[in-house]
Amino acid sequence: MQFKTSTKKHLAVHAALILGAVTMLVPFLWMVITSLKTLAESTMVPPTLWPETLQWSNYADVWNSLPFAAFYANTFGMILFRVIGSVFFSATAAYAFARIEFPGRNVLFGLVLVTMMIPGQLFLIPQYEIVARLGAVDSLFALVLPGIVSAFGTFLLRQFFLGIPKELEEAAVLDGCSRWQIFWHVMLPLTRSGLIALSIFTALFAWKDLMWPLIVNTSLDKMPLASGLASLQGQYSTNFPQLMAGSMIAIWPMLILFVLFQKQFIQGVAGTGSKN
Amino acid sequence: MIFVNAGKKDWAFAYAMVAPTVLGVLILNIYPLFKSCYLSFTESKGFGIYKWTGLDNYVRLMEDPEVWQAVVNTLAYTVLSVVIGVFLSLVVAVLLNEKIRGRGLYRTIYFLPVVSAPAAVAMVWRWLYNADAGLINYLLSMFGIGAIHWLTDPRMAMISIVIVGVWTMVGYNMVLLLAGLQEIPKTFYEAAEMDGAGPVQKFLHVTLPMISPTLFFVVVTSVIGGLQVFDFIFMMIEPSNTAMASTQSLVYLFYKQSFLMGDRSYGAAIVMLLLVITLIITAIQMKLQKRWVYYE
Repeated sequence: MQFKTSTKKHLAVHAALILGAVTMLVPFLWMVITSLKTLAESTMVPPTLWPETLQWSNYADVWNSLPFAAFYANTFGMILFRVIGSVFFSATAAYAFARIEFPGRNVLFGLVLVTMMIPGQLFLIPQYEIVARLGAVDSLFALVLPGIVSAFGTFLLRQFFLGIPKELEEAAVLDGCSRWQIFWHVMLPLTRSGLIALSIFTALFAWKDLMWPLIVNTSLDKMPLASGLASLQGQYSTNFPQLMAGSMIAIWPMLILFVLFQKQFIQGVAGTGSKN
Repeated sequence: MIFVNAGKKDWAFAYAMVAPTVLGVLILNIYPLFKSCYLSFTESKGFGIYKWTGLDNYVRLMEDPEVWQAVVNTLAYTVLSVVIGVFLSLVVAVLLNEKIRGRGLYRTIYFLPVVSAPAAVAMVWRWLYNADAGLINYLLSMFGIGAIHWLTDPRMAMISIVIVGVWTMVGYNMVLLLAGLQEIPKTFYEAAEMDGAGPVQKFLHVTLPMISPTLFFVVVTSVIGGLQVFDFIFMMIEPSNTAMASTQSLVYLFYKQSFLMGDRSYGAAIVMLLLVITLIITAIQMKLQKRWVYYE
């Protein structure tokens, strides 16, 4: 009897989870299927569940109509420099805030904390004006700039540093290590999970950011995928096979990365919440 | 304690370590904060030239029905997406916390929308919602339900956008909540079972109090995210859409005024209003947490 009730319960759990999983998957499947239909077939009612003839040319047409290679490169560059900058600078600042007592520490850390509570849109107009004054609109620099340091990252990594026992540092000092050596060789490796969490969080945030790229980079060849897709929609407004092909071109690298490194992704996201 | 206070040499080191972040925050966040605040009291006269006009923008804000409608829209989106989204995330997290087959696969699938670009997500949903040839209306027609104008019916469009918002947030919040659930010691459940607690009682008296700090974090961040909704409105509701008035959020209005119409001063006043609303709501949540969040 025990066995039966637990199987029944599991069946109900699976039924609920499968219903949810189908809801999550159908939009992606429909994206793929539509991307391979002709425009005429895509608007047929009832819709065909599989394309009559696979229209691979949709992909070629979209690829040729917009500078997707530049979109990829810009997205990659933006993510790379934001991750390197914010992780490195957050780690150094977080270490000092967590482990060294210096005059003004609380004020400076408070300054960092305050910015986390403010809606990011408040920064956008002045940030845009800074970039414009530097003559840097329509550049990779403009895409990277607002994410080069991270208040959230500093806060997050500080929590990780606070969790490391003091004895480890004391032992390193007795061995004659300098402060920097302690930070680089002793403390940093111990916060590895925090660094990975922050890298993934930063990369996801940069990848999904739409408004900043829309504002600063208006030339097609300087756009990342996020805003590049928005201009694709402007160009093809209701040609859904081509829009879906463009969407697929844009999202597959990140989907593959996620499937390959899902453990890191999920632990990374979980790591940004559990230490609050 | 020698380390914590090893003297002035360490101070110099500490300042060097925090300098990039502190300077970055000062230039990219603190200065912009004051600048935006200042701009909200001025009138834009071409690029970078502003004339002090006192409270004019705020007077205009108060009398602008578009702004008030945007406040209502933003709050409606936030309440709906947080209540539905957090509830579903919690349900999925609790189900995935059971020892069942395929946990990893479910978790992967639920997380897929999180790693997709919002523009792509918006496009595929715009297509699913299509009134004439969309998949959703076709499926509904099999149950005899007539065509719904998901994105152009002013009464429907907000709900349609909430659905997309929930669809993308469940995976993210589920992962945070699942991490919290896994930290609950098994012995707590065993003790509850000894006292004769059933599944519902275990959920109410063990799971819920133990997960409440994570749940609070999820609610606060989801509310902040909801108040800043922009991407899906921008991508799914074109400016000529009849449903624009009933969906445009404060951030959308800010974007439109500041960067499409070039009125940065008025745009700044709109985000100042968003700041005030965000601070009030966060303060209320901080007060209320004492009633339901359980800290060990």
